[in-house]
Amino acid sequence: MIKVEHLTKQYGDRYAVNDISFEVKKGEIVGFLGPNGAGKSTTMNILTGYLSSTSGKAMVDGLDILEHPLAVKKKVGFLPETPPLYLEMTVKEYLNFIYDLKKCTLNRKEHILEVCKVVKIEDTMNRMIKNLSKGYRQRVGIAGAIIGNPEVIIFDEPTNGLDPKQIIDIRNLIRELGKERTIILSTHILSEVKAVCDRILIINEGKIVADELTENIEGALRGNRRLAIRIEGPSSSVLSSIKKIAGVIYADISVEHEDGSATFIVESKNNVDLRKPIFYMLAKNSWPILSLEFTGANLEDIFISVVDEADAEATVGKK
Amino acid sequence: MLAIFKREMRAYFTSPVGYMFCAIFYAVSGFLFMLNTVQAGESANYASYFSILLFLFIVIIPLLTMKLVSEERKMKTDQLIMTAPVTLFDIVMGKYLAALTMFGSAFLSSSILYYIPLAIYGKPNAGLYIGCVIGVFLVGSAFISIGIFISSLTENQFISAFGTIGAIIFLLFVSALNSFINNEAIRNFLNGLSITTRYTYFSNGILRYDSLLYFISLSAVFLFFTVRVFERRRWSKS
Repeated sequence: MIKVEHLTKQYGDRYAVNDISFEVKKGEIVGFLGPNGAGKSTTMNILTGYLSSTSGKAMVDGLDILEHPLAVKKKVGFLPETPPLYLEMTVKEYLNFIYDLKKCTLNRKEHILEVCKVVKIEDTMNRMIKNLSKGYRQRVGIAGAIIGNPEVIIFDEPTNGLDPKQIIDIRNLIRELGKERTIILSTHILSEVKAVCDRILIINEGKIVADELTENIEGALRGNRRLAIRIEGPSSSVLSSIKKIAGVIYADISVEHEDGSATFIVESKNNVDLRKPIFYMLAKNSWPILSLEFTGANLEDIFISVVDEADAEATVGKK
Repeated sequence: MLAIFKREMRAYFTSPVGYMFCAIFYAVSGFLFMLNTVQAGESANYASYFSILLFLFIVIIPLLTMKLVSEERKMKTDQLIMTAPVTLFDIVMGKYLAALTMFGSAFLSSSILYYIPLAIYGKPNAGLYIGCVIGVFLVGSAFISIGIFISSLTENQFISAFGTIGAIIFLLFVSALNSFINNEAIRNFLNGLSITTRYTYFSNGILRYDSLLYFISLSAVFLFFTVRVFERRRWSKS
């Protein structure tokens, strides 16, 4: 559905986007993840035709955005970082304006009402946008983006500045929209992509540093699997027994508790699951497990390590 | 183009700008008309009314154009219209036509209205009157185009307004500089720039194609420049 090839946007000597290539299949929800200023917004602005790339190609449904700007723009709905609202208009006037602007052919009244229902703003339709709260403004922005039922929707930081309840609402909304449409969204909140997206692209300093399915990303990017196990028993003999289990590459005591138990950190290769062998070994020795969980590298850590690695490579490259 | 036009027209009347424009225009033009005709007694002269009206443009044209593009950039709504399936030409033209409709309807309605007492109490030369109306309208439309161009250069509507005021004052008074300049070439050049020189033909009842073309191309050139400003921002390298 969306195809980007060697896309570059240069501002003077600085590359906002540097030779990015990726593809998004029809019906996919893809998350752009990256620190502020990584090039997420620039990429989105190029895909929607707001900016032009310095070089490279961006195609939607097989059409090049530079060669067929109007046809592409008809297929793409866009919610920029700041929702583009005319504050002195009512919600209804605003959506009618967008309906005209996009030259929609659907039934005007029905379609606008339907869109309002989807984003749950039907009771604010006659209010002026300047009197709406931030959460509602964001919804009006989303309503504007989905008017005309575009096949592709691009959201630039859709939950930025909202309260937790609103964030959950908007995420559910995006997931709902993603059932029939292709969606790209950007964020610097990791749990967000995890909650909403099928696939994650991590962008840093204008380059893609990781491209993985959401379910694989933690595994794929993390070197080792880490377990934290709280066990009751003589800690030194427990530790030496754990170390003997095949597949353990690291084990140590992290906390000794007052009740005589201790928490152990055990690492294995990513594709090895140690939970069962550890359980059987402990059961044989009658050392009960009080708790067991995967710890360590979560998305935040992965993200930071990936970004740091990319930075380190860049510095080495420069030298 | 129609969507943009409609939104701009609505914006004029959902903010005080449209009302302010109408109030100032009708009050000042009515007063000027009265001074030049009814109060002037025997030598009532509507041509001088129209010439003085041009100076009212210094205030009222910026009122119409100052927000047109700068506000879009400031509120980031340019991201909406530039990513919608409309061309830049449609955007600029929609805005231009909205401002032109505001100015045109106020000016033409007042011109028709003021003709009535002239026709009742005197024998005005209809051709000359129409010439003046066409002339003033063309000058106004050219100033609007310049105003939109200046509005596209800045996010700040006050800078946009002052820039337009400066440009209009310059074009109205540039020929007055001639009395201070000895160099023939420079004088010709300044005369060429001057709006008032071209306007004089219309107020004398002469419809000259070159003057007509001058005003229309002046509007077209600045609308084209405005499109280029949008375009340049899209391709910007800094």
